[in-house]
Amino acid sequence: MDLKPAFRTPLARALGLGSAHSGSGHWWRQRLTAIALVLLTGWLIWFLAQLSRLPHGEMLAWLARPWQAGLLLAYLVTAGYHAALGLQVVIEDYVHHPVRKLTALIGVRLGMGGVVLVGVTGLIRIIATGGAG
Amino acid sequence: MNRPLSPHLQIYRLPLTAWLSITHRITGVVLSFGLLVLVGMVLAIAGAGEGYGALQAFLHGFWGRVWLFLWLLALFSHFCHGIRHLLWDVILGFERERLSRHSLLELLAALGLTCLAWLWI
Repeated sequence: MDLKPAFRTPLARALGLGSAHSGSGHWWRQRLTAIALVLLTGWLIWFLAQLSRLPHGEMLAWLARPWQAGLLLAYLVTAGYHAALGLQVVIEDYVHHPVRKLTALIGVRLGMGGVVLVGVTGLIRIIATGGAG
Repeated sequence: MNRPLSPHLQIYRLPLTAWLSITHRITGVVLSFGLLVLVGMVLAIAGAGEGYGALQAFLHGFWGRVWLFLWLLALFSHFCHGIRHLLWDVILGFERERLSRHSLLELLAALGLTCLAWLWI
């Protein structure tokens, strides 16, 4: 038996979520977005096939349809989040200098967030123009 | 000498599983940049039409087809290895002979899916 006094209750340890302070949150989100992306990849290929075939006006109208717009939105957000989580791990594994690491982590999050936002803004414009025509 | 070795990269010959692991990471980074291209495509569709025309011309050209094949290959390699990760998460496929068999299967599936999608697009 451990005779050292335990000053912290098991609840306190669970609440602290370990040294990473996020517990299994990162792992879980990576998996959740991965499962979503398995389903969404089929749609992405369909999107690319449409992009390759349809003239501009028809593509605009196709993507403005609620289901297609919704799936593109889902893809952009899920893939962007999944990529940010993955790039975070790569940075944590290879960048050890604390300032550079923090800068890279902030950069990846802002960068991925920005890319997704630009995509979503484009999508809003597609819905506005393609949905009307 | 066939004693166990520390995985020193210049001495230890990496097994296929290890190659697939590092490839998964590399394709992940590549696909993150691919997301930029996808957003570029969305903006081309949102635009007035010149960008869309240029994009389609590129996609139908030789280099566009090459680029598309490589992008799909990165995508489906990451996809297939990712599915193995999900299986590993529920403790499936860790046995030694299954590891090698699944590695080959994964490569064939990635190549097959890439070719199918490439021909369709």
